[in-house]
Amino acid sequence: MMEKLTKVTGIVAPMDRPNVDTDAIIPKQFLKSIKRSGFGPNLFDEWRYLDHGEPGMDNSKRPLNPDFVLNQPRYQGAKILLARDNFGCGSSREHAPWALEDYGFRVIIAPSFADIFFNNCFKNGLLPIKLDGAIVDRLFQETAATEGYQLTVDLEAQTITTPGGEVIPFEVDAFRKHCLLNGLDDIGLTLQHVDDIKSYEARRRQEAPWLFS
Amino acid sequence: MAGKTLYDKLWDAHVVRCDDDGTCLLYIDRHLVHEVTSPQAFEGLRLAGRQPWRKDTVLATPDHNVPTDDRSKGIADPIARIQVETLDANVREFGLTYFPMGDVRQGIVHVVGPEEGGTLPGMTVVCGDSHTSTHGAFGALAHGIGTSEVEHVLATQCLVQKKSRNMLVSVDGHVGPGVTAKDIVLAIIGEIGTAGGTGYAIEFGGEAIRALSMEGRMTVCNMAIEAGARAGMVAVDETTIEYLYGKPYAPKGDLWDKAVAAWFGLHSDFDAEFDRIVRLDAGKIKPQVTWGTSPEMVVAVDGKVPDPEQEKDAVKATGMRAALKYMGLEANTPITAIPVDVVFIGSCTNARIEDFRAAAAVIKGRKKAANVKQVLVVPGSGLVKQQAEQEGLDRIFRDAGFEWREPGCSMCLAMNADRLQPGERCASTSNRNFEGRQGQGGRTHLVSPAMAAAAAIAGHFVDVREF
Repeated sequence: MMEKLTKVTGIVAPMDRPNVDTDAIIPKQFLKSIKRSGFGPNLFDEWRYLDHGEPGMDNSKRPLNPDFVLNQPRYQGAKILLARDNFGCGSSREHAPWALEDYGFRVIIAPSFADIFFNNCFKNGLLPIKLDGAIVDRLFQETAATEGYQLTVDLEAQTITTPGGEVIPFEVDAFRKHCLLNGLDDIGLTLQHVDDIKSYEARRRQEAPWLFS
Repeated sequence: MAGKTLYDKLWDAHVVRCDDDGTCLLYIDRHLVHEVTSPQAFEGLRLAGRQPWRKDTVLATPDHNVPTDDRSKGIADPIARIQVETLDANVREFGLTYFPMGDVRQGIVHVVGPEEGGTLPGMTVVCGDSHTSTHGAFGALAHGIGTSEVEHVLATQCLVQKKSRNMLVSVDGHVGPGVTAKDIVLAIIGEIGTAGGTGYAIEFGGEAIRALSMEGRMTVCNMAIEAGARAGMVAVDETTIEYLYGKPYAPKGDLWDKAVAAWFGLHSDFDAEFDRIVRLDAGKIKPQVTWGTSPEMVVAVDGKVPDPEQEKDAVKATGMRAALKYMGLEANTPITAIPVDVVFIGSCTNARIEDFRAAAAVIKGRKKAANVKQVLVVPGSGLVKQQAEQEGLDRIFRDAGFEWREPGCSMCLAMNADRLQPGERCASTSNRNFEGRQGQGGRTHLVSPAMAAAAAIAGHFVDVREF
């Protein structure tokens, strides 16, 4: 069962570069795990630590890269990641949203996302929000200007509220919103349509029998 | 009413049901499985007490973690070994078709599927791997999915989907000698950018695409995802049908005839409407080399490393500076002045027999340059390896000082032992030049197999047309 997401208020961390790929979000050596939890300490591993990370290391003893944004004291405990265009491009690895969620992020705001990553987020209680580039630019400026800058994201109302009281509306697909609000897993929902799937198969078997041999 | 695009036809044939908001259940005909993105999905099935809906649609093989050198001792890395053993156990438990390590059919899942006739025109094909777009070369709707979706397809044979928009990328005219499918797709990505295809399914058309072999079309569709599109596809023609005839999992006898008759309808109607059309002049495409850390950072081999000072978009210029720093390159350096330390010929983009023939043709009778530390040549499957050896290509590579390896993903993503050391520069036939992709601190330049082979001999990038 996926964790529900209704309303999130939290510190915003800025990831100010376009085309952040899933290799950067969670490097390949951590994909050898057969579990779906525990990826948080290795989120952005190559940017976050000064040494080379491998599975099984005690991450609390590794040297941190002080220049990396998530290592700065002011962004500790961030729940909202502010990003640039094409966030999550590259590999389909769901380990990327697993790592972001395990680290503590619940919302990612960017002008655009890569399709597969965008889709994977919703399966894991993470809300990716697409906003106009000019608004994202402004949020970057406000985040940089104010230490402890927080946003409130209300999924039910589909709004983001800034500390200044500005309310920014956002779009979200109705089905995905319903699943996130209720922590629903898709498989159970799809299995409510077993009859439809079976009748499709019966019809398709006539039309394209080579797909069933 | 306008006609249908190829994508429209494939979509319509697989819709099980739709909600009012356009969220649909899409039926899946082929599910390819590998060791990295499946363990959590099988575990999910087990925890819920579910069985795969149609076991006959699943084809599994390990590829990301397998060693490409001596396999007699198995996998040395204990964590990687557990992952491959977990796949072994899962396919046994659920009774799925499997090509394990040691089977001659084992290899990169996107090489194995087509080679076995496991990918057919008109199919929907998914895999927990973004390069599943490869299979669109057959007039199939194929795309990568996440692990939750792997579990969803196993449990229900369906995916929850919304329809993408239609894009046509038409490569008109003919490419010159020495210009390959890889150069075509890199040029396309250079043109539309890595997010250019986001939200679209791309159909690749035009004379230059029609002229490609199935292997070339697979190379182009493989990198649709690098242009941001989950799915790329090419219409069915005689080339498609000829390739599939006699493949182990292709239909036989009467079923074959019926299938072929249906497959010839898998093209966009003449009056189909696309949401976006991009045209490239094939005659103007030159051999391509990426210079940065995103596949869109690409120039022709006779060009120079671009200068961020000339870029007007501030966010882009910042990205370019970061890329140059990571890559250890100066702006305005001629591409042919860039030396290479390592060469990798392999991956789901370029590890099929024609790729190795092209590489071997360039180097026959020559030796790798002294400054090149290692040249890895990694076939895409055991059957590709066998074929290459029958043609004597392995000898040509070995005589040149290249290493001829066992099949797998290898240094494309460096999950196994094949990886770059920090600072090493690689001419690679793979698909991603992201930071750290081929090993932490490694620097990747994406090129065609012929260009990679030529760089290995020269010790730096060269224009293969003049080599």
